[in-house]
Amino acid sequence: MFKAFIGKRSKGVENIVERGAVKKFAEAIGDLHPIYVDIEFGKKSRYKQNIAPPTFPRVLDYGMIEDFYLPNVGLIHGEQSFHYERPLLVGEKITCYTEIKDYYEKKGNHGFMGFLVVSDVGEDENGHVIFKSNAVVIITEEVRKVLTV
Amino acid sequence: MTILKELKPGNSLNSVKLEPVARMDLIKYAGASGDFNPIHTIDEEAKKAGLPGIIAHGMWTMGNLSRLFSDYTENGFIEDYTIRFKNMVFLQDIITLNAVLRDIDGKRMHFSVNATNQKNQKVIEGTIIFKQY
Repeated sequence: MFKAFIGKRSKGVENIVERGAVKKFAEAIGDLHPIYVDIEFGKKSRYKQNIAPPTFPRVLDYGMIEDFYLPNVGLIHGEQSFHYERPLLVGEKITCYTEIKDYYEKKGNHGFMGFLVVSDVGEDENGHVIFKSNAVVIITEEVRKVLTV
Repeated sequence: MTILKELKPGNSLNSVKLEPVARMDLIKYAGASGDFNPIHTIDEEAKKAGLPGIIAHGMWTMGNLSRLFSDYTENGFIEDYTIRFKNMVFLQDIITLNAVLRDIDGKRMHFSVNATNQKNQKVIEGTIIFKQY
């Protein structure tokens, strides 16, 4: 169903790691550590700036892959990973894109299951990767029915 | 606070027990993350999806778990953070965050991490590689 999308990626979208968004996110995950939210603490840190929590990249805009559509309901988030070259700094400008890495299907006890591997990437202004985040999304029989109608 | 450099394989970071999961936690996470899938906030939508009630975003739990490392950002950073979502988290569940050092490989500290509920079931489980400067 999604095999044709393997290797497809979105056009890069420019994002700014916004101070307000970082603070709201840190609060939502119960982690208002001063390294994320306190300006003075950030300045005195080795980063000379506040940083974003490791799972913050979920907030960023990665653009859309042409003709690719997933419904908002009925999907199961199976696995998630983040790889960093360094922490994300508050205020920095990054370019983000998303790419379909893989798609495969299995038949199990619960019938058909599809596994979609999506990679979200953030690069600095020189095109160096700062982070990569991979999600494995499980597509159940019910969702497949909706998609093929 | 644990001193990271003194940790040996088999040692744990101090576990953190969260307050019972409240609807407002999930509404806040939806707003902050932009994930408005209604099974996380609206009872009827969760029931329509065949769930007994609303469930936490898996990413809410994963986001919470990394706080065990937030005191150590002067020493290093989370280079790799990998999680498998194992069980659903419901309202009023009491989640505990855990990390155990497994191995030290040069500058990299390999931790096993998980979050458990009040029945001691793992709701998420994975690894963190903390790279020291």
